[in-house]
Amino acid sequence: MTISRRTLLGTGAALGLLTACGSNTGRGGGDSGGKGPRLAQWYHQYGEAGAEQAVKRYAAAYEKADVQVQWRPGNYDEQTAAALLTDSGPDVFEVNGPSLDQIRKGQVVDLTGLFDGVRDDFNPVVLAPKTYDGKIWAIPQVVDMHLLYYRKSLLDDAGVEPPRSLEALVDAAKALTTKKVKGLFLGNDGGAGALGATPLYAAGLSSVTEDGEVGFDDPAAARALGRLRQLYADRSLLLGAPSDWSDPSAFTQELTAMQWCGLWALPAVREALGDDFGVLALPAEGPDGRPALPVGAYGAAVNARSDHKKEAKDFLKWLWIDGTEHQEDFALSYGFHIPARLSLAKKADELTEGPAADAVRYSTEYGYAEPLLWTPASRTAYQDALSRIIKSGANPESELKSVVREVRAELDRTRKKP
Amino acid sequence: MRRAPKPGKALGTQHRTLWFWVFVGPFFLGLVLFTYVPLAWSVYLSFFDAHNTVSPTDFVGLDNYASMLRNEAFTDSLVTFAVFSAFIVPATFVLSLALALMVNRVRRARAFFRSVFFLPAACSYVVAALIWKLSIFNGVRFGLANTVLGWFGADQIAWLSTTQPPWYWLVIVTVRLWLQAGFYMILFLAGLQRISPTLYEAAAVDGARPGWQVLRHITLPQLRATSVAVTLLLVINAFQAFDEFYALLSDSQGYPPYARPPLVYLYYTALGQEQNLGFGSAGAVILALVIAVVTVGQARWFGLGRKED
Repeated sequence: MTISRRTLLGTGAALGLLTACGSNTGRGGGDSGGKGPRLAQWYHQYGEAGAEQAVKRYAAAYEKADVQVQWRPGNYDEQTAAALLTDSGPDVFEVNGPSLDQIRKGQVVDLTGLFDGVRDDFNPVVLAPKTYDGKIWAIPQVVDMHLLYYRKSLLDDAGVEPPRSLEALVDAAKALTTKKVKGLFLGNDGGAGALGATPLYAAGLSSVTEDGEVGFDDPAAARALGRLRQLYADRSLLLGAPSDWSDPSAFTQELTAMQWCGLWALPAVREALGDDFGVLALPAEGPDGRPALPVGAYGAAVNARSDHKKEAKDFLKWLWIDGTEHQEDFALSYGFHIPARLSLAKKADELTEGPAADAVRYSTEYGYAEPLLWTPASRTAYQDALSRIIKSGANPESELKSVVREVRAELDRTRKKP
Repeated sequence: MRRAPKPGKALGTQHRTLWFWVFVGPFFLGLVLFTYVPLAWSVYLSFFDAHNTVSPTDFVGLDNYASMLRNEAFTDSLVTFAVFSAFIVPATFVLSLALALMVNRVRRARAFFRSVFFLPAACSYVVAALIWKLSIFNGVRFGLANTVLGWFGADQIAWLSTTQPPWYWLVIVTVRLWLQAGFYMILFLAGLQRISPTLYEAAAVDGARPGWQVLRHITLPQLRATSVAVTLLLVINAFQAFDEFYALLSDSQGYPPYARPPLVYLYYTALGQEQNLGFGSAGAVILALVIAVVTVGQARWFGLGRKED
């Protein structure tokens, strides 16, 4: 077929028109219909079936505004960060944060007023990172956590007890490793990404202290990270699995005897393995250590550049503060999360027995939330060092020394007035 | 009988300028809007502390540049890139030239071989990278590479997670070779077919031995123009390294500190959660300067733009 110049131009023009239509962000100008202003609400893509329909159902049930839900697959954090710089971002959005700099630059709206009378009912661990300068910047939706799954039958066969210390975890993983099954799966990068700061907390330390100082300038930190290197050097870690740590496939397909994963995977694991599994926090390191696992919550926030800030706040109050039915449904019906409201978490039957009950107990006893001051720059510096320690056998003390320096500089920056 | 109108009149010479802008205008506008404005803006941002904003107020002068140049992660990424191009450019060059020489000699099914080798060029970098990562070079026992190793009784290797030795380079380099060798083969084929057969005949009459001698003294010199073009394209492609690195090595928690080319590093700094747009822009400007210097140097070296004698 020959393409004439005219066809080519015609096609080009048509394509141009099509792309011109592609900028619909779901955010309308003024009122539409009888439902009040139009609000665009963004969610990241949840893997659990039914979650998308659920949030659309909640939005449709709201009467004072026409809420348009956008379900956004792909790099959600990058998408929202970019959208917040423009006038065409969402009005309300779910955020894995907000980050310290988003708050400091005034990109999100202060929501403290919405918490009148219910502030104490929110899980304090996940509310803390949403709070800066005494104000609350997002409403925690549901609590998520990471934890260590282990296969009971495989541990029994190898004569291994569920590990109670990081040292015991290293030994257990080694004993459980065979030609076909690896002992432990911490993610394809050997644990640097998935574990993050958790080993520091297991050693009784922290990433950033409550007074905003570096929390791991201590020899115990190097010892804890050295254990992770030991796991890698022993070849007890599963690496290069087709699906990464956040998916329980490696565990359910018996590629590994233990896996670091999230609470969200619990229904899938239970379906595949029945009762043949248990859960643990990351075991303690050293005499001052205690088991640790990260908890966190996606927050619902209001974009400071929205044209309908008041309506957006009203909607969030209706959905995530007053609408306890929706909150319960969202937390428990699609995958597995702990409601962010203490009163709802107590009522949830699904969370009262077996490994799920253990998980909920760990979340209150051992759970830590990443502090707001642990900024992405600090996290990257730490994670890079951790990766070098684990994979290349870099010296933990000297690596940590330079991370401490970088984190200190970053903390100094955050102390300056924005 | 009517005469056909003269072309000059029909087009209307007096509207030349109008027509020039009708055709060039949209593209020129796009170029300004989507390339030059962002470029200038990025330079502007690089002099500010621009966290989470594109209209910063906190002027910091050359601070971003100074800390970017002192930043080990950034300098490491430049080294990564240098190592990568030092390997991928000659490797692709030799492989595609070899393919072209072979396909050129084939007597039967030439079109078939040409298409077979060219076909990977039609595949997307991301898709190919995912196939490499998930099925060929995954770290478990049923991955293709590990299955082959298993036949010889070797242990399975976690290709992308092993830094000692750096097996991840094998994955990164092979995926790119597979993807682009076919394309450059076509360029070399075109070059080969332009060489006049009389040269070879003359060489044969003069007693040149077929094989290395002919290749060295006839084929390669005649391919000079093509070789220069191929090298330039390869270097530019290497500078743009992002897709397969990102698809192979990133995960939800970030990117490992090895095999991180500058574009990937800057992507995380400026556009990831860090949103440090000023710092990232400074890195981008430094990178652009490096690219400019290399390109100018290369052009000088090849004598590009010099008048043919």
